[in-house]
Amino acid sequence: MPFKDYLRKRFFPHIWCPGCGHGIVLGCLLRAIEQLAIGKNDVVMVSGIGCSSRICGYVDFHTLHTLHGRALAFATGVKMSVPRLNVIVPMGDGDALAIGGNHFIHAARRNIAMTAIVMNNRTYGMTGGQYSPLSCHGDFATNAPYGNIDHDFDVVELARAAGATFVARSTTFHARQTTEIIRKAIAHPGFAVVEVLSQCPTYYGRKNKQGGAAEMMEWYRDNTTPVGSKAKQQNPTLIERGIFVQDAGKPEYCCEYKKLVERARRGAS
Amino acid sequence: MVKRRLKEHVIDREWCKGCGICVHFCPRHVLELDEQEKAFAARPQDCICCLLCELRCPDLAIEVITEELQTESATKEQTE
Repeated sequence: MPFKDYLRKRFFPHIWCPGCGHGIVLGCLLRAIEQLAIGKNDVVMVSGIGCSSRICGYVDFHTLHTLHGRALAFATGVKMSVPRLNVIVPMGDGDALAIGGNHFIHAARRNIAMTAIVMNNRTYGMTGGQYSPLSCHGDFATNAPYGNIDHDFDVVELARAAGATFVARSTTFHARQTTEIIRKAIAHPGFAVVEVLSQCPTYYGRKNKQGGAAEMMEWYRDNTTPVGSKAKQQNPTLIERGIFVQDAGKPEYCCEYKKLVERARRGAS
Repeated sequence: MVKRRLKEHVIDREWCKGCGICVHFCPRHVLELDEQEKAFAARPQDCICCLLCELRCPDLAIEVITEELQTESATKEQTE
């Protein structure tokens, strides 16, 4: 099926600003699902609140547009009730790591088979460009006119420490790599976290004098490096991209729950 | 690998928001923005079908339609 058949075309053109990276992530996600040849009825997409979460409205799968930060909690309920479904949870950086920070670490800890995509634009775009937990130290934002004094989370390290069994990072510049990583993440039999650096030219780019969408993508090209490369050793400020964790050996939550139910039934009879 | 050549660029003018990402990153400078800030293929003959414009278009507005390039040996086989 051509990937555009997965779209709800009646809602296009979408609401995202010109040059917003979220549209590129949407394209990569749909191409990944197309490559895996998954039917529309076998995908559930659950999102929270924010620019990124609007992605749910544009895809012709089972979709749930839920509470701010709570997408993973709703998704856990869906997955537990029908484990055969492919559950994909696209989130923004604030949605996933601030409001939903607790849900994020616990979903990772449980290793429940779903795909969390963190579309990281380092700002709250929908509400007007406030700083998020992924805005860097010294970044400017609508509510940080003299610079942000907070430090940012490293999503990859956080997800790894919390127990996620697939952890990867890519950018909107590297669209082919993003598609490949999302494809592997969906196929992974455990909790998969994919961080995609996604430009917000309207707020983050403007406030931090990073230029337009194309210039911000050039920044991703020039300031990221494949994981484990020599360039990173020479220049520690580079951001690594690629697959950091891929462990199919850890027991998956729904499988464990099924076994538990069987054990309890045997005990009761 | 089968070589492909360009048939046409299908650009949805309703969906295109004129961000210029496709124009900026095209390795052969095939695309431009018109006076209404919509992308169009100004030099389609230079297109190498890398599909980068299609993959990076945030509005999903570009589709690069390609066809299989008929190599000499393939044409020979067909005529035989």
